[in-house]
Amino acid sequence: MSNVAVKNLNKTYTAKVVPVRDTSLRVEEGEFLTLVGPSGCGKSTTLRIIAGLEQPTRGQVLINDKDVTALRPGDRNIAMVFQSYALYPHMNVYENMASGLKLKGMGDVEIRDRIKDANDVLGLDDLLDRKPANLSGGQRQRVALGRALVRRPDVFLLDEPLSNLDALLREQVRADLKQIFERQSAPVIYVTHDQTEAMTLSTKVAVLHKGDVQQLDSPERIYTRPANKFVASFIGSPQMNLLTLPCEGNQAVLGSSRITLPDRFVPPPEVVLGVRPEHIRIASPGDQPLVKGTVFLVENLGMSYLVSVHVDGSEDTTLRVLLPSDQTWDQQITLTMSPEKLHWFNVQTEERLPDHGA
Amino acid sequence: MTSTTPQSSPASSTPSPTRPGWLSKQLILAIGAVLIIIFSLAPVMWELLTSIKTNEAITSDPLVYFPSWSQYTLQHYWELLVQNRFYIYIFNSALVAVTSTVLCLCIGSPAAYALTRLHLPGERIILGVVLVVTLFPYILLFLGLLEIVRAVGLANNYLALIIPYTAINLPLTILVMRSFFQQMPRDLEDSAKIDGYSTLGMLVKIILPLTLPALVTTGILAFIFAWNEYIFALTFITRESMKTIPVAAAQLAGTTLFDIPYGPLAAATIIGTLPLILLVLFFQRKIVQGLTAGSVKG
Amino acid sequence: MTQDTIRAREQRTGWLLVLPAILVLLLVYAYPIGRAFVLSFFTENLSTNLEAVPTGFSNYVRMVLDGRFWSSIWNTTIFTAVSLCLELVLGMAIALVLDQAFRGRGLVRTVAIIPWALPTALIALAWRWIFNGEFGVWNDMLLNWFHLIEQPVNWLGDPTWAMVSAIAADVWKTTSFVAILLLAGLQAIPQELYEAHEVDGASPLQSFRHITLPLLMPQIIIAMLFRFAQAFGIFDLLIVMTGGGPGGATEMVSLYIYDTVMRYLDFGYGAALVVVTFLILIGVVAIAGFFLTRARTASGEL
Repeated sequence: MSNVAVKNLNKTYTAKVVPVRDTSLRVEEGEFLTLVGPSGCGKSTTLRIIAGLEQPTRGQVLINDKDVTALRPGDRNIAMVFQSYALYPHMNVYENMASGLKLKGMGDVEIRDRIKDANDVLGLDDLLDRKPANLSGGQRQRVALGRALVRRPDVFLLDEPLSNLDALLREQVRADLKQIFERQSAPVIYVTHDQTEAMTLSTKVAVLHKGDVQQLDSPERIYTRPANKFVASFIGSPQMNLLTLPCEGNQAVLGSSRITLPDRFVPPPEVVLGVRPEHIRIASPGDQPLVKGTVFLVENLGMSYLVSVHVDGSEDTTLRVLLPSDQTWDQQITLTMSPEKLHWFNVQTEERLPDHGA
Repeated sequence: MTSTTPQSSPASSTPSPTRPGWLSKQLILAIGAVLIIIFSLAPVMWELLTSIKTNEAITSDPLVYFPSWSQYTLQHYWELLVQNRFYIYIFNSALVAVTSTVLCLCIGSPAAYALTRLHLPGERIILGVVLVVTLFPYILLFLGLLEIVRAVGLANNYLALIIPYTAINLPLTILVMRSFFQQMPRDLEDSAKIDGYSTLGMLVKIILPLTLPALVTTGILAFIFAWNEYIFALTFITRESMKTIPVAAAQLAGTTLFDIPYGPLAAATIIGTLPLILLVLFFQRKIVQGLTAGSVKG
Repeated sequence: MTQDTIRAREQRTGWLLVLPAILVLLLVYAYPIGRAFVLSFFTENLSTNLEAVPTGFSNYVRMVLDGRFWSSIWNTTIFTAVSLCLELVLGMAIALVLDQAFRGRGLVRTVAIIPWALPTALIALAWRWIFNGEFGVWNDMLLNWFHLIEQPVNWLGDPTWAMVSAIAADVWKTTSFVAILLLAGLQAIPQELYEAHEVDGASPLQSFRHITLPLLMPQIIIAMLFRFAQAFGIFDLLIVMTGGGPGGATEMVSLYIYDTVMRYLDFGYGAALVVVTFLILIGVVAIAGFFLTRARTASGEL
């Protein structure tokens, strides 16, 4: 059973530049953890520390519960796929895949077997004699993956492996990746800035921001229960509406309308309301609460329209709403949202207000 | 002439051949190009012509620019190679230049790599010193080196040239190779580390094969500098059979005061410059690349 | 085990990789320069039977009063200053031509590098032959082609003309180096800048002054710095072409140093001359470095 963990990991360059701040993570056999966040959030640094390409200022890296912090990358039995694929340009595909195995002193026969196994999955058989320069982007990506697979490592590390592919190919390779890694059991840590990759591939997602883990959860919970304002705004496209609203009693004031806070809250003076554009719809008779507004921008996304609305009675407040493309509406629009799809955050701490109990 | 047909233009990337002033610009460029060629080649061509003229043609009045058939001769080359055994000097020059170039690459490129990627404390100071050292004229070094050469008993030993030549080319090698290493994608090295290469193994198996073009560039420059060096060769080598071409050729002029052997001298110049002209013809691009990387980016 | 064992191991390897280079550089650069400083405070010549006898600053005092030293400094300064000016102007002209697109540019670029690549000592022979007073082609051209002179001139036998000849040879040999560096700089200037400037209504001359020169300034300074160091220490060209003559008219500092050491076996004084030359060089490098930083800031490079 392999597993990988980091304990209280910290990387400090200067007092102000701290790419990784006291991070602890654990990935078990069969799990696929994605580190996601904006650039500069520390996700790549964390991955590189796990790989041994960088040294932490404090903290430990554990593989199979053994402290490997002081081991060289080559001694950690890991495999890594790089954004640029990092194939050796002067070696052909076979040599690229074999080079790490040869360094471990593996015999030719076993190397051949392993490469054959990997090729059954990746279909690289016709390319073995080619140099990387003669491969397409997608083929290079597969070779990079093959080079990782043949090592049968204790942990797979992938650093933005899809970023260099064009959009069309990316979707297909993403699906391939999912299948390939579901078929094996070693833990995978995957770094990306693309939330779709994070949501589709992972069993667990860690959202990182400014060196801190903001939330570590299943993709579903990251989406349905964002732990704070940052996660709420980072995950989901188009972005969640986040409105800072004053409260009157147990109601939040949004323009001319009132939205009742859940009973469990001690009514705060101010609150942040989060609601995803896909969770707002045009009100039908009997819906509550109602928000009236004026449409000022319509963006056609194909399968739906992204409609921007100024809320009546609070002209600075903008709501972005995702409406099905077969629907029509007037400039003056009345909207509604289901109370169970609303997210409430503390204005000061930006943390999610508790879901259960007071 | 106001013809309506567009000017039949030579293939060039000038955007609009019909623009006024275009023709005069091309004319100026053509004249400039011809002047540059004459400027660069004339002295060498004159040496070449002198080297294949008979003695009578060389000293005739008026001057013979283009000799008639009877005035051509290979006698000067024959004299030089057979009588003066000039091939010995060619061999010496080649031996010293090639050995020092190889040595310089072997020592310089690992150092350049370490100074590019391994975060050595004080690397900025080392690089600064290396940069300044490229400016030192050899005359500042020959006195101290002479003492060392005498103390160690290296006089009339090829090492007395090979070691200084290695050294004078080291700064350039380090600067040029460093500028190449800086352009190498870091992922490649990271990938090699994860594959389990040691730093040295990675250098030999991955990095140096990839920087082969840079090694060629640097090697050509080092070879040129070593082949051309004069003051050390003049000072540290006194045995006739070990001299290099520049020294041997220059002393040819000094041996006889009255009957200066113009023909053989010209032939010696041509023999000594020919390898370099060939290098330039084949590797022009690399030489320019190396020179600019070694000085501009440093 | 400390956390940084990987880094420590890497650095240890790093030092091993740098060590041979550092040792060679110390041996061939640091030792001779350091040794010259030490030896300059000793008298070591025939009068002391080539034993080093400490004599304090006597070598430097002697230098102040040494007319031959001052005249060699003067010669070197003239040679360097005139050479550099001509090379800059010519090199710039060549670079500007080679920066344009025309048929056969590759060939012209290749040919233009040839002078730089050739051995100076052999080039000196070639130019000595060209300036030969009796059979030289230069005299013949001036006499019979251009009719600028009536009588053959003994170029290398006349103090002034010998200096002019030496400068001509040096300019020929090293202009291509300047041109290569300037051309690289020119090619790094984005074409859009010129187009934008042209749209604004600037003439080519104005573009040269307002765009080319300021943006090229770092390269100009670097090229001139390299050329200064080479010209100030020039040895092979003159010892072969003029031997410092006639009558010391083309004796450079380097030739004087060489004579002092190799002919008069005056090692202490030779060392003092080395030290002074070294200090002048370092001084100029420091000044140039200062201007380089300023030019790089001005051209937006830093």
